Amino acid sequence: MSTNPYLFAAYAVTWIIHIVYLATIFSRSARLKREIEELKK
Amino acid sequence: MKRVFPILAILTAILLWYAMSIALNPEIHIGGITLNGAPTEQTMGNVQRIFYYHVPSAWIAFILFFINFFASIYYLIRRSQAADIVALVCAEVGVVFCTVVLITGPIWARPVWGIWWTWDMRLTSTLVLWLIYMSYLFLRRFSSSGQTPLMAAVLAVFGALCVPFVYFSIWFFRTQHPQPVMGGGGSIDPRMLHVLLLNWLAFSCFAFLVCWWRYRLEVLQREVDRAHAMRSLMDEPNQLRSAR
Repeated sequence: MSTNPYLFAAYAVTWIIHIVYLATIFSRSARLKREIEELKK
Repeated sequence: MKRVFPILAILTAILLWYAMSIALNPEIHIGGITLNGAPTEQTMGNVQRIFYYHVPSAWIAFILFFINFFASIYYLIRRSQAADIVALVCAEVGVVFCTVVLITGPIWARPVWGIWWTWDMRLTSTLVLWLIYMSYLFLRRFSSSGQTPLMAAVLAVFGALCVPFVYFSIWFFRTQHPQPVMGGGGSIDPRMLHVLLLNWLAFSCFAFLVCWWRYRLEVLQREVDRAHAMRSLMDEPNQLRSAR
């Protein structure tokens, strides 16, 4: 299959959006774990 | 959750990879077996394959906004904390999928229509829908009032009215956007339909897992906030005593 730049851009953008969102959830989760550890002290 | 979640995540990743492979190739070879993928569309060529990400993302966004609607109604009736969290999570993940729709649409439109954007009914109503749910998320993020969940639930109920309008806009108005491939005037090759439904299934599993993770995180966040509030209440008499 020949690579179409628009097709590549659409698939890449989709995954970038999902990965960025997952990264924000992961960072919130890590921050929350730190807060829980501080509360336990 | 700790045991089931990673297994489901791996299965979903495999499904997403397979769905993407058959969306991008007319046929794929796995271990000597040849599997049929999506055929190349005759008029648009390979750029039509954007369809397999664009349409499932729109369907999932609509479903999540509907769940947000029902959860918001349930919250308004019962003041259920769980329903409030479900509404929030569905709106957030729905906005992510709606963003994908709004970006992949113009990328597909440029080579096919010759323009990135046109202010027709389907495109404009989708943008309005996205703006409504963005305002919902901003309200939840920046309002510190105790009435925030209530105001957000009311906004969500009115926002959800926009969903059927977006869906049926191509039936009732003459738009640049093509007719729906299912349940409308359009038709689709069975092989394309198979790839479309498989991508929808894969992204639905993905959305479900993300919502699950986000739900657990929100529950934990509220527990931590309550613990902080309790601690500050307990510390207050000590601070007053030391001030005297």
